[in-house]
Amino acid sequence: MISIKNVSKIFPSKQKDLTAVNHVNLDIQDGEIFGVIGYSGAGKSTLIRMLNGLELPTEGTVTVAGREISKIKGSELRKARQEISMIFQHFNLLWSRTVSDNIAFPLEIAGVSGPQRKQRVAELIKLVGLEGRENAYPSQLSGGQKQRVGIARALANNPKVLLCDEATSALDPQTTDSILDLLVDINKRLGLTIVLITHEMHVIRKICHRVAVMESGKIVELGSVLDVFKNPQQPITKRFVKQVTEPEETNETVEHLLSRYHSGQVVQLTFIGESAELPLITNLIRNHDVTANILQGKISQTRSGSYGTLFIHLDGAEEEVNKAIDYIRSQQVGVEVVSNG
Amino acid sequence: MDNSGKWLENVDWLVMWEATKQTLYMTAISVVATFILGTLLGMLLFLTSKGNLWENKPINTVISAVVNIFRSIPFIILIVLLIPFTTFLVGSMIGETAALPALIIGAAPFYARLVEIGLREIDKGVIEAARSMGATTGTIIWKVLLPESLPALISGITVTGIAIVGYTAMAGAIGAGGLGNLAYNLGFQRNQNDVTFVATVIILIIVFVIQFIGDFITSKIDKR
Ligand SMILES: Nc1ncnc2c1ncn2[C@@H]1O[C@H](COP(=O)(O)OP(=O)(O)OP(=O)(O)O)[C@@H](O)[C@H]1O
Ligand SMILES: [Mg+2]
Repeated sequence: MISIKNVSKIFPSKQKDLTAVNHVNLDIQDGEIFGVIGYSGAGKSTLIRMLNGLELPTEGTVTVAGREISKIKGSELRKARQEISMIFQHFNLLWSRTVSDNIAFPLEIAGVSGPQRKQRVAELIKLVGLEGRENAYPSQLSGGQKQRVGIARALANNPKVLLCDEATSALDPQTTDSILDLLVDINKRLGLTIVLITHEMHVIRKICHRVAVMESGKIVELGSVLDVFKNPQQPITKRFVKQVTEPEETNETVEHLLSRYHSGQVVQLTFIGESAELPLITNLIRNHDVTANILQGKISQTRSGSYGTLFIHLDGAEEEVNKAIDYIRSQQVGVEVVSNG
Repeated sequence: MDNSGKWLENVDWLVMWEATKQTLYMTAISVVATFILGTLLGMLLFLTSKGNLWENKPINTVISAVVNIFRSIPFIILIVLLIPFTTFLVGSMIGETAALPALIIGAAPFYARLVEIGLREIDKGVIEAARSMGATTGTIIWKVLLPESLPALISGITVTGIAIVGYTAMAGAIGAGGLGNLAYNLGFQRNQNDVTFVATVIILIIVFVIQFIGDFITSKIDKR
């Protein structure tokens, strides 16, 4: 659906040219939810803006839905843009228009007739759950509702691709989740390809199939979300993964725990995919003569399985504890002995 | 001296009414023309400025220079400078129609700057959203730029309209008719202070009405 080949974007400036995107290669499949994560200034926005021609690559080619976006111009580009919609961090609604009229705007651009427009707007209002707010102005809506208008507007002309530039970054966690649910729903129902960029691993974890990690204009890591969670390669990726798998206070807590236990061992378990659903602890204490204290843990759900960490304290005869640890290893669960008690 | 008698004894209400109509005529035509010309110029200034749809440094510099020059010339001097142009266009320098070219040329550049400022205040993201939907520049102008800046355009034309009322009085002083002309010829030259007084009150009323209408429309259309 989307093919990015050897794409670079250089912003010329008087002192020093700035390479915002640096030789990026990427293929995004039809119907996929693809995430790009990176810190501020990594070049995510620049990359996504090249997908609808808001920015032209300095080098390389961008092809979306069979059209070479980096080459076409004028009316051909405008036609293509009707199939590649975009939603924004700050929603970018027209304050002078009501909810209905904002959603009707892309239909006006596409030359849809009045009665048809009305019907389509009604459908979209229902799709995004804004019934009853048709005649409100954007200033009368909450952030989440504004983004729903943004999504309805983006879907108006039945696009093939939806680009989301930090679409949930201005929203609180609850609202973020409801918007993400809506995106998943749309992806399933309409088979739409979604490309979203974010700096929150939570967003990637929750809805993406695959993720690319961007740093200084380059894609430094790419893979299925579960693989990247399971086995992050780059330091930056590890940091992002930590955002969702480890509670922030983990380090302090572990120190504290270690000082509390004078015998046995504190181990950190890492669960991936199906292993997160095994009755591990139950089997552990049934089959080994140890006691297991659960100290702290967090399990995150990704679209293709779970991922989590758990800190437990094992106590008992040293031999039994070691056997227990071997057993856990055999269950495809990562084990790391944090320290002897 | 006519100044000794009864209060308002020099005021010929019929003449006053004629003068009021002339002032209203000059103001109305100038406001409409200034609105159109100023919006056009302001839009061009905005579109050709850096980072916008028709970014074009030379054209922007030229328009900007012209606007600044005409904005800085004192109105009374502008009238004099425009005498050849006005006589060519209108055929004479006397009468309220003769005041129009100077009024419009004096006010439009001022208004153009206000329009430009109003357009600059539109969120860039909104323009970008329209572009991302495949809008043409024409659509962006008519359906994004103008509606989104409308409150600024209206409050701008209100301020400009009030300035124009002041200009008509000045134009009147050198022969263009209207309340300023009356105040100057009768009130000042013949020292009929009551005429000056009434003319001033009527001008004030016109200014207040313009301000009221402007504020009312602005508050009605501003949904931000
Ligand atoms: N139009 C532009 N002109 C010059 N430099 C630009 C332009 N747009 C972006 N840049 C630069 O390119 C780099 C990448 O910017 P970009 O907006 O793509 O980052 P980002 O990953 O989206 O960051 P954020 O998370 O803050 O949105 C930045 O250093 C930015 O300053
Ligand atoms: Mg960005």
